[in-house]
Amino acid sequence: MRLSRSVTLSLRTVALAYLVLLLLLPVGVIFAKTFEHGFGTAWGWITTPAAVSAFWLSVLIAAIAVPLNTIFGVGTALVLVRGKARGRALLDSLIDLPFVVSPVIVGLALVLVYGVDGWFGKWFMDQGVRIIYAPAGMIIATVFVSLPFVVREVAPVLLEVGEEQEQAAATLGASRWQTFWRITLPSIRWGIAYGVVLTTARALGEIGAVAVVSSNVAGSTLTLPLLVQQRMTTSFGPQAVTSSYAAGTELAIMSLVVLLAMTLIAPRKGDAA
Amino acid sequence: MPGVRSRVRVRPGRGGLGLGVATLYMSVIVLIPLAAVAAKAFGQGLGALWSSITSSVALTALGVTLASSLLVAAIGAVMGTLVAWVLVRDRFPGKRFVNALIDLPFALPTIVAGLTLIALYGPQSPVGIHLAYARAGVLLALLFVTLPFVVRAVQPVLIELDPEAEEAASSLGASSFTTFRRIVLPALRPAIISGTALAFARAIGEYGAVVLLAGKVQIASLVIYNDIESGTPEGAASLSIMLLAVSLLVLVLLRRIGGRGAT
Repeated sequence: MRLSRSVTLSLRTVALAYLVLLLLLPVGVIFAKTFEHGFGTAWGWITTPAAVSAFWLSVLIAAIAVPLNTIFGVGTALVLVRGKARGRALLDSLIDLPFVVSPVIVGLALVLVYGVDGWFGKWFMDQGVRIIYAPAGMIIATVFVSLPFVVREVAPVLLEVGEEQEQAAATLGASRWQTFWRITLPSIRWGIAYGVVLTTARALGEIGAVAVVSSNVAGSTLTLPLLVQQRMTTSFGPQAVTSSYAAGTELAIMSLVVLLAMTLIAPRKGDAA
Repeated sequence: MPGVRSRVRVRPGRGGLGLGVATLYMSVIVLIPLAAVAAKAFGQGLGALWSSITSSVALTALGVTLASSLLVAAIGAVMGTLVAWVLVRDRFPGKRFVNALIDLPFALPTIVAGLTLIALYGPQSPVGIHLAYARAGVLLALLFVTLPFVVRAVQPVLIELDPEAEEAASSLGASSFTTFRRIVLPALRPAIISGTALAFARAIGEYGAVVLLAGKVQIASLVIYNDIESGTPEGAASLSIMLLAVSLLVLVLLRRIGGRGAT
């Protein structure tokens, strides 16, 4: 379909203007506002004890949730694509649930199971284990919301590469583990990498589910996104706003790294080995 | 080669253990907690549940949330298709950068999305546009976080689309608009619908991007959050059940058009 030059130019202008006004300009403004009083001031706001603690709690949560969901994701993708067991279709349709459930409902669900009056809350309380209003609950919430990414990235790649090489390896006497490590894993590695990047981005950025199960105490149960929110809403004045922008910029820079990784990995997703 | 098959597929039920472990993980993390929400909502009795979801707060929240999400999904469907078209069919300097930019809402924490919109369109707006603390601010935040869904669904279909049918149509005298409506749009329809449905599902539950911008606009996720904080989990569970029902409908729709799923 050949469009006239004027139509092409107008479509391009509308698309680019939309992206600039919706994405680029807003992100540019918080970068500008963060550094308007100098780099030192911004650095000061992200190195307060509360900010450092929030950074490390975010990293800790991601460091637990991402590996768990990666192992589950690869295993489940194998079961769904290569397996023959009954009930796969049901599991397959349930996997997407975390994508469509509101994060605050996730938080509510965990409170109802692990909270003081929850199904298992009393039992955990008797064991002296705190889940709700503690990092444990925040980790479970993060695992919930970031669960489907690896499955949904790896499954199509597995389907695409087919079973022939795995069958050939098996015919030549390779054990299941050998076939997995030498044939299957190398052919799906970029799909796994992309899924891991998406999982990490979600784990570092999650706020709704985590907010419900956090006690919102600076220094112990505040993640970086929660710190951004707390600085913006519970204190007033230009200083509070600047400190919030500084923490927001810190997160934005982390997500630029994520974006760069996505851009580098995306073209390779289909490559087999 | 039956010999090969039997060697790889040891028994007909292969993967039964794996399926069991995966289902167990899914149950502990996702299914049991969601069942607890359902139990809380229905456990108060049907009468109490009914009066809870027909209270004016709940009805307003549902109405505002569904209307905003529908509007955002509609704008997203049009703008997402347009952006995908420009990214696939147009050529201009910096296209690769723009293409990478599309994923920004997936990479950027949602609270930061809200923060950036407050900075530009909030009370201290450097350009003098004030959209925060009103419906417009909520719409903007939802458009931000749902942007990639339609673009990323339509793009691959548009790349694969065979230009021959379009050329045939225009050589037979069809205008560009007619060619788009009769040839291109039908091919893109499933992708547009599935992208729009995902965007809609995301919009009705969004919390992080809207929490700073909503002000007094009572959208469902904020009402649920406030119910939990004020110690009335029954109210939160009742509203949650309504949102979950809408989400499940979207999931079913997605399955029926066949855009999702590994099997």
